[in-house]
Amino acid sequence: MTDTQLKAKNSITLKGSAEIVMEYLNFGINSILFQRGVYPPETFKTVENFGLSIFVSTDEKIISFVDTVLKQMKDWLLEEKVQKISMIITNITTKEALERWDFNVKYEAGSGGSTDIQELKDTKVARNGKVNDASKVGNKELKVIQNEIRDVLRQICSTVSFLPLLDCLCAFDVHIYTNQDCEVPEEWNETAPCVIANSQELQLRTFSTSLHHMATVVSYKAE
Amino acid sequence: MAGYSFMNDLSNVVRMDEPITRGPAPRWQKKHLDASNTSVNMSLNVSRGKMNASLNCSTNQSKTPSKGGSSRSKTPSKTPSKTPSKSPRSNPSSKSPTPGKSGGDRFIPNRLATDFDLGSFKLKQQAPEEGESPTQAEKQRVMSENLHGRDINNQRILSYQNKAPLPPEGYQNHLKVVYTQSKTPASVKGTTRYIPQAPDRILDAPEICDDYYLNLIDWGHNNILAVALGASVYLWNAATGSIEQLLELESNDNVSSLSWIQAGEGEHLAVGTSLGTIQLWDTSAMKRERIMAGHGGRVGSLSWNSYILSSGSRTGQIIHSDVRMREHNVLTTNGHTQEVCGLKWSPDGRYLASGGNDNLLNVWPVNHGTMHTQAQPLYSLSAHQAAVKAVAWCPWQPHVLASGGGTADRCIRFWNCNTGVLLNTVDTKSQVCAILWSAHYKELISGHGYANNQLIIWKYPSMAKVTELTGHSARVLHMAMSPDGTTVISAGADETLRLWKCFAVDPAKKKSTKEVKAEPSLLKTRIR
Repeated sequence: MTDTQLKAKNSITLKGSAEIVMEYLNFGINSILFQRGVYPPETFKTVENFGLSIFVSTDEKIISFVDTVLKQMKDWLLEEKVQKISMIITNITTKEALERWDFNVKYEAGSGGSTDIQELKDTKVARNGKVNDASKVGNKELKVIQNEIRDVLRQICSTVSFLPLLDCLCAFDVHIYTNQDCEVPEEWNETAPCVIANSQELQLRTFSTSLHHMATVVSYKAE
Repeated sequence: MAGYSFMNDLSNVVRMDEPITRGPAPRWQKKHLDASNTSVNMSLNVSRGKMNASLNCSTNQSKTPSKGGSSRSKTPSKTPSKTPSKSPRSNPSSKSPTPGKSGGDRFIPNRLATDFDLGSFKLKQQAPEEGESPTQAEKQRVMSENLHGRDINNQRILSYQNKAPLPPEGYQNHLKVVYTQSKTPASVKGTTRYIPQAPDRILDAPEICDDYYLNLIDWGHNNILAVALGASVYLWNAATGSIEQLLELESNDNVSSLSWIQAGEGEHLAVGTSLGTIQLWDTSAMKRERIMAGHGGRVGSLSWNSYILSSGSRTGQIIHSDVRMREHNVLTTNGHTQEVCGLKWSPDGRYLASGGNDNLLNVWPVNHGTMHTQAQPLYSLSAHQAAVKAVAWCPWQPHVLASGGGTADRCIRFWNCNTGVLLNTVDTKSQVCAILWSAHYKELISGHGYANNQLIIWKYPSMAKVTELTGHSARVLHMAMSPDGTTVISAGADETLRLWKCFAVDPAKKKSTKEVKAEPSLLKTRIR
């Protein structure tokens, strides 16, 4: 009995994993908005999480935008339809893309199944339009995952010291790269991929919930 | 160069009406002719890099002659207009050089770059539609793959149409202050005392290590300033001006931190090294007393509490050493995940403050009955957004701690360590490298980096700016105060040490302040 209890304690369901990813993206996007100075610093407040103070926006419109996008993203994530999430910072006047933060998603098998065929399975699942079984369970400790996330968020903070100054009014947008069979909900639309001319890339740390593996990459305009 | 050869290959592919002048086809091409199964080629083509070009080339040459006139007219007319101009320069980053390229006339497949899962999937997939030549479809696909980083036909890019609001009109990125040279406005209310704007003296400090995370100067109670320059430690006697070399480390070891023992405990200097050892020197005899090992990384910070020497290292560990004992290590704590660069015991010995590169400021309570701390921090304060190097305890309110953050943070924060509450925050607009308190004037002085490399004197607790002292041509790395509290020395990355007489005591006021001071301290002892 104690054995099963222990198992239950350490297991992360697919839904829980998607929620962790959503939480990370929420803090990541807010942190980027603050650290890169996209919005005035006085519109942010600090929130304690993962042993860090993270700046999150208090602007209702930003909150609802990020919320809607990430909730939709989570639904797709549960169906394994998301390939990556990109946050794009553009110059308002010239519409030029200045910076792109890519959050690449990889699906991991968790405790059951092997990872090797996972990618193949994804494409197959995508073809059949069938939802993957939701009974997948990860076995990584929450504490470890949170520590990994904390390290990534800390790296996002420290990128300020080398990323070029965004010396203009900037807007941001979030693009979600999904599989072809994904249905487009209302108020959503397909867009063109964003390419930064003459860009430099930097791979930050990655983390994994044992079901989802997230790699964060920032591309910025090299002067 | 790679792009050029790729272009060459492409133009060879395209020029098919010309006779083949390059001699007989190499063996690996002939092999492909035999195979004639284009889908195999396609699956191999999936592997990126230069191989694309060579394989495309082979399929084309094998294909066209067999098909006859109709396809011959088709392929060349379409391809040249699209591919050669675009694909080579579209995404150079995705071209990973294939190590197996130099194989002479042999085709040695590089299995590292081949995605077998995807290959077998493609094999099982039905053949591409008729009408469009397979090589062309493949070329299109590779092109888009190069352009977008992955196959665009396999994905959609979706975005929510109700976009986030734009930042307010006229808003300027607050980060700009980090990059501008403008001075922050000083307080209107000036002070009545005279503060010399130029340094009293400038000393040369050749080879002082320009490293934010080290602590390379300390001014002892014996009025001797210890300075670490590279692998050597020099002692500058502030009273006589004489200079002596105390030590020089050997074999690429460098001094990474210095700390004098507290007043009344002798003339001992602790020296932390980049190899992770701590040396203890008796400066009156100019003799080394002992070497203490235990750290796995360089020792960047040291602080004394009576006979306990606390040391923080690059690994994030803080080791408390009882210097009197043979087994000196009395406690090892793991409160930081990265280098500990700021370490200070409070003047009453109740708390130890440690700042790290993991942006944490930890406050450790003393373990009752001993002189070292407990194993867990009392507070782990995460308000700073950058490494915390500058930590300083208020001399007249022993529970008040000032801490300053690095480039990404630029704030000085004040903490009440009895309650763990943040008392005040000041944005200094520049990296904070060091903080010192002046008990006499109830002020504090902070050393800064880019853009002005200045020292700022602040009134406490109003935090009104008293003055700025400029002169350093590179960031101010370390600061120390003379034992009489009148002079501050600042060590800059410009390899100079500057002495500022910014807290000089007015001889006319000296007597009266002393009398006033004596009263409240008596009162305090009665209350407590």
